[in-house]
Amino acid sequence: MIGNVRGIRAIYMFEMARFGRTVWTSLMLPVITTTLYFVVFGSAIGSRMSDVSSVPYGAFIVPGLMMLTMFTESISNASFGIYMPKWTGTIYEMLSSPMSPLELLIAYVGAAATKSVIIGAIIFATAHLFVDIQVAHPLLMVGFMVLMAVTFCLFGFIIGIWAQSFEQLQVIPLLVVYPLTFLGGAFYSLDMLPAAWRAVTLFNPVVYLISGFRWTFFGQGDVAIEVSMGAVALFLALCLGLIFWMFRTGYRLKN
Amino acid sequence: MTAVLEISGLGKTYKSGHRALAGVDLSIEKGEIFALLGPNGAGKTTLISIVCGIVTPSEGTVTVGGHDHARDYRAARSMIGLVPQELHTDSFETVMATVTFSRGLFGKPRDPAFIEQLLKDLSLWDKRGSKIMELSGGMKRRVMIAKALSHEPEILFLDEPTAGVDVELRRDMWNMVRGLRERGVTIILTTHYIEEAEEMADRVGVITRGKLILVEEKNALIKKLGRKTLTLNLAEPLDAVPAELADWTLELAGEGHELVYEFDSQAEATGVPSLLRRMTDIGIAFKDLHTRQSSLEDIFVGLVHEPRDGEGAAA
Repeated sequence: MIGNVRGIRAIYMFEMARFGRTVWTSLMLPVITTTLYFVVFGSAIGSRMSDVSSVPYGAFIVPGLMMLTMFTESISNASFGIYMPKWTGTIYEMLSSPMSPLELLIAYVGAAATKSVIIGAIIFATAHLFVDIQVAHPLLMVGFMVLMAVTFCLFGFIIGIWAQSFEQLQVIPLLVVYPLTFLGGAFYSLDMLPAAWRAVTLFNPVVYLISGFRWTFFGQGDVAIEVSMGAVALFLALCLGLIFWMFRTGYRLKN
Repeated sequence: MTAVLEISGLGKTYKSGHRALAGVDLSIEKGEIFALLGPNGAGKTTLISIVCGIVTPSEGTVTVGGHDHARDYRAARSMIGLVPQELHTDSFETVMATVTFSRGLFGKPRDPAFIEQLLKDLSLWDKRGSKIMELSGGMKRRVMIAKALSHEPEILFLDEPTAGVDVELRRDMWNMVRGLRERGVTIILTTHYIEEAEEMADRVGVITRGKLILVEEKNALIKKLGRKTLTLNLAEPLDAVPAELADWTLELAGEGHELVYEFDSQAEATGVPSLLRRMTDIGIAFKDLHTRQSSLEDIFVGLVHEPRDGEGAAA
């Protein structure tokens, strides 16, 4: 299935160069966002908040904050990466090249996921300036971060292929993913919610993802780590299945 | 000669139900320049897009250098370079970066010396550091050609290469195509400028309404379907073709000042000398005369606009 490694490298480097052109906005944005969140939630509000399950509130929001930014960045970078060639018409070159669909996927998703992981790392580093964070399972934490980046980049890739306008490109990240993440326990523990709302929240898939990531930090989450892992695997499998179908049918790529 | 591209029974029906291509069989020899002629919407671009892997055919097979273009797509596509009709470019990339990218995409190892020569051949070397959006339309067209040639393809598709291109670039392009042919590259171009086909092509295919209605050596085609006309400028205008000249198919033109005789130049007796003798006999004088060989354009217009079985003249 993989025979054209040079082709993968060409697209990967092309995408990384595209990020490189906007390197300052790309890197400053997460730093500024993180700082703002810490000023508001960490210092202003956080000082009046009690610890969440013996974790100081400032540290408690770090995993959620990383996930919130990484979800939206992954989706927008990966969707933009494949949507642009469709929009400018340069997709003709990819389609006429000796690249297999899997190779295209690896190149585009790999580049977008790389950027997301870098952004996640920057947020993590910036957070260190404000709060003291101990990571209970560092290897699992990195693994979770990479897995989340790849999964949401796959999801973004699907949106990029599906979208037929810039508006459609924006609608899922802004109207679905952002609210679900915000309400998915990025800034609070489900224990803080009234029982009825807690039950509703459990239908939000993002809850399981954030809870799992928080578990790698503090050894505890809203749901069991096994449940979180299952949710991640399910989401990943769904995205891969959908992409497999898109490539097989040439959905919105070929006539 | 061996066929480098074999197309058989190729057809395409778009989702809208539009039948863009039907039962196309075509065999392209290695090293030839083949011109695909047809009016807008005839199916030229669809045919090229299928061969290049951009459009999926509804039926039929394509073999490139012996490789099935669906099953063995890597080998097949590696042999092909495509210059599409539209100028699709990445605005923010430099010329050098985009051409190097194309070579990598096709799985070829880096070769800065080759890319340098390619850019020089296309007069792009001075612009290698410029962003594509800073280039003129003609320069962008050159970049598209450089991208298509960056992986040293054996078959080059040029889809309407000279549409909206100035005279200088058109001449450069023709020279480039001849140069490529000398190196053994097979070239398939689509055009609706007949002069382009007449100037460059070894063989010509005419496509209309999705059907390849004719494939022929260019010179043979002009010979076979070509007609000659003799125009006589008369000293005195005539009201009608005189009855004495009824043996020849004559027409009056130019308000009776011209007598036009259409004849088959391949025939043993063209009828020209006898016509002139008879006219002298009956006292019709003429001031001047000229003959004209019909061009590929006349043939093409005749083929494409001729209403065929069951179709009305308005079609």
